[in-house]
Amino acid sequence: MHEMSLAASVLELVENSAKVNGFSRVKTVWLEIGALAGVEAEAMRFCFEAVVKGTLAEGARLEIVATKGQGKCLDCGGSVFIEARYDPCSLCGGYRVEPAGGMAMRVKELEVE
Amino acid sequence: MCTVCGCGEGEVNIEGEAHAHPHTYTLVHERQQGSLVHAHPHPGETPHGHDRENLHFGAGAAGAMAPGMSQSRMVQVEQDVLAKNDEYAAGNRLHFAEHGIFALNLVSSPGSGKTSLLTRTIERLKGRIRVAVVEGDQQTSLDADRIRATGAPAIQVNTGKGCHLDAHMVGRALEKLSLQDGSLLLIENVGNLVCPAAFDLGEAHKVVILSVTEGEDKPLKYPGMFAEADMMLLNKMDLLPYLNFNVPLCIEYARRVNPYIKVILTSAVSDEGMGEWQEWIEAGLKQAAGQKVNEVDALKRRIAELEAALAAKGG
Repeated sequence: MHEMSLAASVLELVENSAKVNGFSRVKTVWLEIGALAGVEAEAMRFCFEAVVKGTLAEGARLEIVATKGQGKCLDCGGSVFIEARYDPCSLCGGYRVEPAGGMAMRVKELEVE
Repeated sequence: MCTVCGCGEGEVNIEGEAHAHPHTYTLVHERQQGSLVHAHPHPGETPHGHDRENLHFGAGAAGAMAPGMSQSRMVQVEQDVLAKNDEYAAGNRLHFAEHGIFALNLVSSPGSGKTSLLTRTIERLKGRIRVAVVEGDQQTSLDADRIRATGAPAIQVNTGKGCHLDAHMVGRALEKLSLQDGSLLLIENVGNLVCPAAFDLGEAHKVVILSVTEGEDKPLKYPGMFAEADMMLLNKMDLLPYLNFNVPLCIEYARRVNPYIKVILTSAVSDEGMGEWQEWIEAGLKQAAGQKVNEVDALKRRIAELEAALAAKGG
């Protein structure tokens, strides 16, 4: 459900960019979503489509760029990829893995006209 | 639909006040007038059809159009989607630091006993520590009424169809509460173990409350929230003898998700753990008072950075 307000924030970034960069229509939005960002890509698509109706981004394609979750193991010190926050360290099997990347959601780039 | 909270139009309000005006002004309009620290009424506000007692967070579709080029081209944005919320959160955090306020964001699923725990906490602190409460629920002011019955000031934020409080809502609630220096601010978020995890409100700590009437595997099922929290209160401990709930396993699961999480076993009925919880709060208040001086400058720098970053991207 919070994907709806996140989608609205995406639209806000796009609209601000329109003012700065002077464009009137958005064709594609590249959105980076980290595996640990707590955002469901499909829910995001659904909400994005709803939120952009009647705006300069109506009908825009949403390209989701998935980034891997990264963690640092507090037990063995290794840097590992994790898919979820409760994943054990793939090197030593310990559960004390601190998220180190893939926690963010960012608007990367826009195709506009 | 509100473009801030995602709620249905006219759904969000604070403390049951009529949400009487149409959502006709744009998001930009609202944001330009929003005060970061939320310490003043909106100066120079263009009339837009509602009395100043009404607080709402929605706006109509902005529909901003700029004369553009017909040719397709690429524009780099590279901006965090939660940047705006983070800016408001930094404003709240500065306000708390300037006034030595210790703010906690209490999160849980519905029915974990948050409000009972809060009323019991307030009763225990009564006469020694000033406590104020922001109550987040989709509808009704029932929880704020329960808090006010203890004598503490409380303000209800109804999020309508929204599933979480955001930093802007809390900032606006702060304007209404006019907290005294050195207060404890308890923000009871909407009962939801998912969405509130993503939204920083400017609090010192998120506190997740899990009751033993729920499953011990909740930290694994909803890891985002347990990862964000600094403290877990395992609540309704008075009911433990009647339940099949494995306390050590629950704590182990919570620490898998968050190796640093502190845990206190509590009950608002038997008072178990309430002393330890109270001590933790009092230590936090003491620290907030000490940080008052040190943190203000650092936070001001942080806000300037966030504003510069947003301005550079056209925020």
